[in-house]
Amino acid sequence: MLSATNLGILRGERVLFEGVSLSVAPGEAVVLRGANGAGKTTLLRILAGLTRPEAGHVDRQATHHWIGHREGLKPHETPRAHLKLWAQAWGSDADIDAILGEMGLSRPSEVAARYLSAGQRRRTALARLMLDQRPLWLLDEPFTALDAEGREQLLALVANHRQSGGAVIAAIHGDAGFAASREVTL
Amino acid sequence: MSPKPILSAFRQALSESWAGGAGALLPLGFFAGAAVLVPLGIGTEPGMLRAVGPGILWVSLALSSLVTLERIFQADVEDGALDLWLQAGAPVSAIAAAKTFAHWLTAGLPLALMSPVLALMFQAEAGIGLLTGPLIYGLGGLAFFFWGGVGAALSATVRRGGLLIALIALPLYVPTAIFGSMAMRGAALGDTAPLLLAASTLFALAAAPFAMAAALRLAAD
Repeated sequence: MLSATNLGILRGERVLFEGVSLSVAPGEAVVLRGANGAGKTTLLRILAGLTRPEAGHVDRQATHHWIGHREGLKPHETPRAHLKLWAQAWGSDADIDAILGEMGLSRPSEVAARYLSAGQRRRTALARLMLDQRPLWLLDEPFTALDAEGREQLLALVANHRQSGGAVIAAIHGDAGFAASREVTL
Repeated sequence: MSPKPILSAFRQALSESWAGGAGALLPLGFFAGAAVLVPLGIGTEPGMLRAVGPGILWVSLALSSLVTLERIFQADVEDGALDLWLQAGAPVSAIAAAKTFAHWLTAGLPLALMSPVLALMFQAEAGIGLLTGPLIYGLGGLAFFFWGGVGAALSATVRRGGLLIALIALPLYVPTAIFGSMAMRGAALGDTAPLLLAASTLFALAAAPFAMAAALRLAAD
């Protein structure tokens, strides 16, 4: 689905990482490991095509979802408005009420993002994964701010996605909670 | 390629300007304030006011266009929406153009519509000038917002980038300001001035989105 060879990047005068290769096939999950500042987010951004690497190249054969550590929510947007906007942008006819319910967002569905808790904002971002079927998910610290129940929901989403032939690349600290096919340590 | 992401970007930018509340009114207040100060400063001699009026309105319009531009891309960088738009599957230049156009609709069009009121303060004679004024200032303002958008995209990752936007954008405002004041004075080039103004606006609409797209990709890099 995606393969990257010999990626390297400079940040300022410093080599952040070099010689990183990875690939992911349907049903697999790759977990990116590394200390704070090791370059996990940068590597994910390179894989997503947001950042250009100084060396190496990325071969993308599938569309992907991006869940960054900044959620992409506007302060005035409600979870419902956010999902509706992206459903329209992606030409999806997903049932937004059902998705809100599944992510435990029915109650705050009409609350502007600036009043939502960090966990509710994260759930709203993760709900985008259900708007559109995309083979590859790129997740940057997806468990941040989630409570135990939110964590279980995300794990169920990932398991479901992998079962139906999807793949996941995620930067995760600590216990991933799912069986990783491979770990890439920076 | 589907035009849906472009429409969504347009809608989000519209709702964002309105959600800002006073955001869209800020340029309007600035425009009126700047223009009102001039007659107070130079006196009430009608001939003089009539002579300087169009020029003052162009300067006020140019400065007012810069008031809210700082946020149009910077907010997207901060809340992560830029990353989503860059991956939305539509040309980034079209997304940037849609956002800038939405911004002009909420913050720029009101300026053009208010221009006849201000023109009256400068002793402009009621008549055709008052009707064509909004059109001319609207056209010129559109170019200002698009060039300003380039400055906004280039300084999207800069804290307090407002002044930087002005430094980048003001030189690009020059052709519009020249043809615009000519058109309002109806002098020198006569009837061709509005056409030249329209041409310079078309050039801004055609060129600025690509510059914005390149700058936004750099901002996300």
